[in-house]
Amino acid sequence: MIEIREIKKSYGNRENRFQVLGGISATIADGDFVVILGASGSGKSTFLNVVSGLERPDEGNVKYDGRDIAALPDNELTAFRRETVGFIFQQYYLLPDMTVEKNVRMGADLAGNGDYPEILRAVGLWDKRQKYPAELSGGEQQRVSVARALAKRPRVLFLDEPTGALDEQTGRNVLDYIDKLHEQYQFTVVMVTHNENIAKMAHTVMRMNSGKIWQSYANDTRKTAYEIGW
Amino acid sequence: MVIRIRDAAKLLGISVIACCAVLVCTMFCNFYLDIRQIEATVLPAQARIFYEAQVATARVVCLVSGGCLLMTSVVMLLFYIKHYIDVHKKELGILKALGYSEWRIAVHFWVFGSGVFTGTAAGFAGAFALMPKFYELQNKEGILPEIAIGFHPELLLYFVILPSAAFALLAVVYAAFQLKKPVLSLLRGQAQALSNKKGGRREAAGPFLDGLRRSTLRTKKTLAFFIFFASFCFSSMTQMSAGMKDLGSEMMGWMILLIGLVLAGTTLFLAITTVIRGNTRTIAMMRVFGYSQKECGRAILGAYRSMACLGFAVGTMYQYVLLRLMVDLVFKDFAGVPVYEPDVPVMLVSLACFAGLYELVMHVYSEKIRKISVKEIMLA
Repeated sequence: MIEIREIKKSYGNRENRFQVLGGISATIADGDFVVILGASGSGKSTFLNVVSGLERPDEGNVKYDGRDIAALPDNELTAFRRETVGFIFQQYYLLPDMTVEKNVRMGADLAGNGDYPEILRAVGLWDKRQKYPAELSGGEQQRVSVARALAKRPRVLFLDEPTGALDEQTGRNVLDYIDKLHEQYQFTVVMVTHNENIAKMAHTVMRMNSGKIWQSYANDTRKTAYEIGW
Repeated sequence: MVIRIRDAAKLLGISVIACCAVLVCTMFCNFYLDIRQIEATVLPAQARIFYEAQVATARVVCLVSGGCLLMTSVVMLLFYIKHYIDVHKKELGILKALGYSEWRIAVHFWVFGSGVFTGTAAGFAGAFALMPKFYELQNKEGILPEIAIGFHPELLLYFVILPSAAFALLAVVYAAFQLKKPVLSLLRGQAQALSNKKGGRREAAGPFLDGLRRSTLRTKKTLAFFIFFASFCFSSMTQMSAGMKDLGSEMMGWMILLIGLVLAGTTLFLAITTVIRGNTRTIAMMRVFGYSQKECGRAILGAYRSMACLGFAVGTMYQYVLLRLMVDLVFKDFAGVPVYEPDVPVMLVSLACFAGLYELVMHVYSEKIRKISVKEIMLA
């Protein structure tokens, strides 16, 4: 379980300081599928970065099973990321000079996961494992990014606008892969998006505005990636 | 404007090298030209031998240090321009896509000549500041008549004006050559170029970190070359300075040593900062995924260690062959000049110093990376 208590985060220097997160509290259960909705500038990406341990909050704490990651020293925070979380970004951030297989092994080797070919097959990229990212379409690159994140067997998968750079059909396919893999492996999903329709896939929806969560509710009528609007 | 003065200011390394080269060459060439003017007044046989030796030494120093430093400056300038183009490929690609010709873009690269001008001018002025003491030391026994310091305008032309103009031209031509690549290749970057190589070598199976180490060397050849070059400079210049002590004078030896250290330090600094910048995104992703600082350092920075060792070995051979050739050529008419032999203890000291310096710089940069937040790197 992830317990988030009163986290605050600001950027800039003294004169131009602006608060991005203004004291957010939330709880995320194990195996949950959470979608965080919000307009551009609402603070949702910063929230994701802080909860995932990419950034430290100025105030407040983020506890994973009672362990506050905001208070961890650098090396322990690195170990936490290694053991607990996986990331998928809008811009993929694949290593351009390495093949699909090597990109996936980047995650798999950390977890000592020798079964990474299974994940490559699951995302339909086994035949393209020797290709470089530049030789793939946007959707395929995002699937590599999904495989890389899942190959490290994360307990929590964080996704920052994973379909932001994809067309509708490819976006639906990627979301469907994530949904199926979530069902199969039962990891926790925390996804940030501005697309209202994607929220219909979630168990829990949180709406953000001006650095605060103003609404949080359980979605009882979940839909698949092919049933939602776009 | 495509290139800003700020970009050229980053050419500090080239300025430093140009300054060192011109300082040494101006001092010795000026001395050579001035000593030639007193040739008729040098009559006693002993003074004559001393005179000939001074002239020959001045020639050796100019050829060896000037030649070596000139080559270094050219390589560094080309490297820097190539790196600049690699980093700014997209912007340059957009300009080409908008219809600017490669020459119209490349002409802005003349600014890189300004770094050379700053260095050569400083070296020229510095040489004249040091000259009184240098002339005094070269004739401290008073064997030769007093040598007056003369100003030779041709040296200003050869060592300041022409090199600056030549480097500016070189920068423009090289940039135009690099910009000849198709617009799409510039816009899509290195990865696309890699994929365009039909039947190109594919990654061998194996752990990620081993693959990363291999790929770092294979895909960033210019960076690997620069590390090779930094260790080459350090090795050749430091060992050459010891040779100079035996063949020339102690002062000359110290000068070459000082220049060698400045040169190697500058090259190494530029090389490692470029290595870090060139691999920032990879390091950031590794850190996001939970790779430790040590693992990132070993895979990225450690990959270049073999190139550093190779550079050191080649530099050792180069300085030996160069000095041996120069000695055989210039001192061929002098009796009693010892055969130039490799100096193993000096080589070992040089190697130990280089290894220490290399690891120190790597450590400092490794720490610097650690302090940058992951988000900061991702947004860069």
